[in-house]
Amino acid sequence: MSPKGGQQVSAAVEIGTPAPVRVCPPPEPNCAHCGLPVPAARLEPKRETQFCCDGCESVFAILHGAGLTEYYTQRGPSDARNGTPQRSKRKFEELDEPAFRQSRCQPQVGGALSCEFFVEGVHCSACVWLLERLPRVTPAVFEARYDLTRSVLQIVWDPTLAPLSEVARALDSLGYTPHPTYSTTLAAEQRKGDRALLLRLGIAGAAAGNVMLMALALYSGEYAGMAAEYATFFRWGSLAIATPAVFWGGNLFFRGGLASLRTRTPHMDLPVSLGLLAGYLGSAVNTLRGQGEVYFDSLCTLIFLLLVGRYLQRTHQRRSAKASELLNALAPTTARLIEGEALREVPASALRVGDIVEVREGERVTVDGVICNGGSALDTSLLTGESFPEEVSVGDRVHAGTSNLSAPIRVRVESVGSDTRLGRLMHSVETTQRERAPIVRFADRVAGYFVQVIVALAAFTLLVWSRLDASHAIDHTVALLVVTCPCALGMATPLAVSAALRAAARCGVLFKGGEFIEELARPGIIVFDKTGTLTEGRLALVSWSGDEALKPLVRAVEATSGHPIARAFQRSIAGNDLRCEAREEHPGGVRARIAEPGRDARDVLVGSISFVRAILGSLPIWAINLAQAHAAAGRTPVLVAIDGEVSAIAAFADTIRADAASSLKRLAELGFQFEVLSGDDQRVVDAVVAELGVPLLNATGGASPEAKLATISALRAQGQRVFMVGDGVNDAAAMAAANVGVAVHGGAEACLSAADVFTTRPGLETVALAAEGSKRTMRVIRIGIGLSLAYNALGIALAVTGRLDPLWAAVLMPLSSISVVTAALRARTFTQSSTP
Amino acid sequence: MSIIFLILPVTLFLSAGAVAAFAWATRSGQFDDLETPGIRLLHDESSGKARPTDQKGEREAG
Repeated sequence: MSPKGGQQVSAAVEIGTPAPVRVCPPPEPNCAHCGLPVPAARLEPKRETQFCCDGCESVFAILHGAGLTEYYTQRGPSDARNGTPQRSKRKFEELDEPAFRQSRCQPQVGGALSCEFFVEGVHCSACVWLLERLPRVTPAVFEARYDLTRSVLQIVWDPTLAPLSEVARALDSLGYTPHPTYSTTLAAEQRKGDRALLLRLGIAGAAAGNVMLMALALYSGEYAGMAAEYATFFRWGSLAIATPAVFWGGNLFFRGGLASLRTRTPHMDLPVSLGLLAGYLGSAVNTLRGQGEVYFDSLCTLIFLLLVGRYLQRTHQRRSAKASELLNALAPTTARLIEGEALREVPASALRVGDIVEVREGERVTVDGVICNGGSALDTSLLTGESFPEEVSVGDRVHAGTSNLSAPIRVRVESVGSDTRLGRLMHSVETTQRERAPIVRFADRVAGYFVQVIVALAAFTLLVWSRLDASHAIDHTVALLVVTCPCALGMATPLAVSAALRAAARCGVLFKGGEFIEELARPGIIVFDKTGTLTEGRLALVSWSGDEALKPLVRAVEATSGHPIARAFQRSIAGNDLRCEAREEHPGGVRARIAEPGRDARDVLVGSISFVRAILGSLPIWAINLAQAHAAAGRTPVLVAIDGEVSAIAAFADTIRADAASSLKRLAELGFQFEVLSGDDQRVVDAVVAELGVPLLNATGGASPEAKLATISALRAQGQRVFMVGDGVNDAAAMAAANVGVAVHGGAEACLSAADVFTTRPGLETVALAAEGSKRTMRVIRIGIGLSLAYNALGIALAVTGRLDPLWAAVLMPLSSISVVTAALRARTFTQSSTP
Repeated sequence: MSIIFLILPVTLFLSAGAVAAFAWATRSGQFDDLETPGIRLLHDESSGKARPTDQKGEREAG
């Protein structure tokens, strides 16, 4: 699936060993496992095989040990370039908890158990081959089967030979990190629904084909003459086949029609049921009587075509839902519990208030609590949208969902799961989503009027013909109802939507439902989050005042840290091979001793104003002025001091996405207006807005998740159509409250589950594409509906005047369907580079 | 022409057989995953354990 692939590639680039500066260009050997160039520092001239990192080397060793070297011949040349295997190196101990086994594992014959996992890092058929050879790597596994459509690996293993955590570790060591599937019951239910619909489709198709053959005989009989006994035989045959097709295949529509009547909301199923029922009853009565018209062929074709539309739409909608379900399962659900001296990885649900958990650097906090040991910098952007890390120490509160950046901390648990701030936020997302009024589709609104007109016309026909020719009054009315049964109308929308969903997915836009295409087609106010949406969501070096020659020094000092500022240094300054002699990380900065070749070791300080001031005692005026100027402009100043003297000042800022301004202009052309709503500091917001240069209705900073939700609700209360575009958990509640919530690429899992639409490519261009494509899709839908109404008008004219016989109905129906289908499938909706 | 009275039921009987086969295939999960089996086919089974043919579907149907 494309979203995952993209993330992995970028992750590999970031995490991979820093590329060293090569003194002289060596021959470029490629890694024996992944095919990437081997960094000079890892070259071992005496060895035959070279590896770019430890990960590749160990996977290579495992494959050789298990006799699975065929993996390298199974994959194609392009598959080899998928990068280094990513290993989580987790222990997966939570998989051995009895609670997990009880809820997620199914017993098999002979004491074996089976379990399903989402698996990361599957990109080619060789990966499938390798995954299914898992029994050779871990003998406890009997069988492993991978399902590409669901990205799920099913494992059958013997729990007496090895615990599940060992199996999971084996998968992880191959670079396929397993995640327990989110909800097995939900997946099973969906699969059941898919199968039921497919079966219905098959039965309707078989019935339609057979009835059509008999109808053909009947039509030729009408013209060429046919003995009455044969005609009766064919009619009874048609009735026999059409009955299961109508009541089994079509009961989907009857149920929908009934629900539509009960709730008094227009739905396409209502006119469809009306036509089907009238056609079937009329034809059945005529078969019993032995005279009059029968429409079994038209009815069966109708049901079959309508079901095809439904099935296609369901499958394409499922694809997007699946992608979000997968991402959902990747959320952290475990914590490292401290019991005396021992550490144990447990599921978050097993934690109690008062427990102490350890959160290492680079990990996500799973609970709300107070720090009881250690100090670190926390990335709280997920919760608050604040782009700068927050310094925390003993006694400070930490929240679930924040990331620990610089040093391990121990946290005393105060609340877990749904009681955490994150949990409450997610709860409000759910309630807001539930309370949101359902979208009445355009086609359904048309259907509402359609039913009224048809019923009135049918009554009129019945009345007029019972005066003119009572014996044919019923026949003509049935003919009217059959021919107006809105096959084309009912197919136009599902087909156009399923084609659009597929095209949109190719362009990197996943809609969770077709109705959001309709919502996005009409302009309104788009509210953007700032961090990670309008901006890249990560810091970049934007200014450097000082000697360029100092840069490699600073790079070396920051090379091993996971702090955002350190990461930004790593990204912005080319690599080198300087080594620190001593290095200590403090909250707010780093102190190190470092020697350049041919020089004495120097004392280097890199950090915030207060950190450097605390160590040096005082700062020169120019440094303070410059640093404050940066801060006022919404940038983060970082001071560099060499041997006790401030020698350079770097400034970092979250840069605006390259395609932000152009995408907003494209959206403005469609009639959208914009607002920015950020949890970040107002000064930073103002700086971004000024740089963006696009007129906005409003730009607010310092908004908490609750305030964002309130703003969106207020806008909707004013009768505005509101779209929320964001990436963080802090946007999730606001997204759920908006007409359509859009999550941009790389967003938090919670945000993806709240969003109605999400993009799988970085940047905002996809949002513009989504709006443009939606508009075009709606045009296609309107054309389809217009076409089908035109056919219906023709059919009504024929039926009311009593000229419509079953042959006409049989010709008109497929004709209208085919033209509508062609119009829906041939239309260009979502395309990569386009003008509306 | 009266042969039609025999042929038509026979045809219908055959069609019913096809529909029943389709129903079985759908219910046992043959159409659940249309991508992986195509790839699996390309992998030679050079050695290894005998693979139970399709337990998966039967389990799920039950």
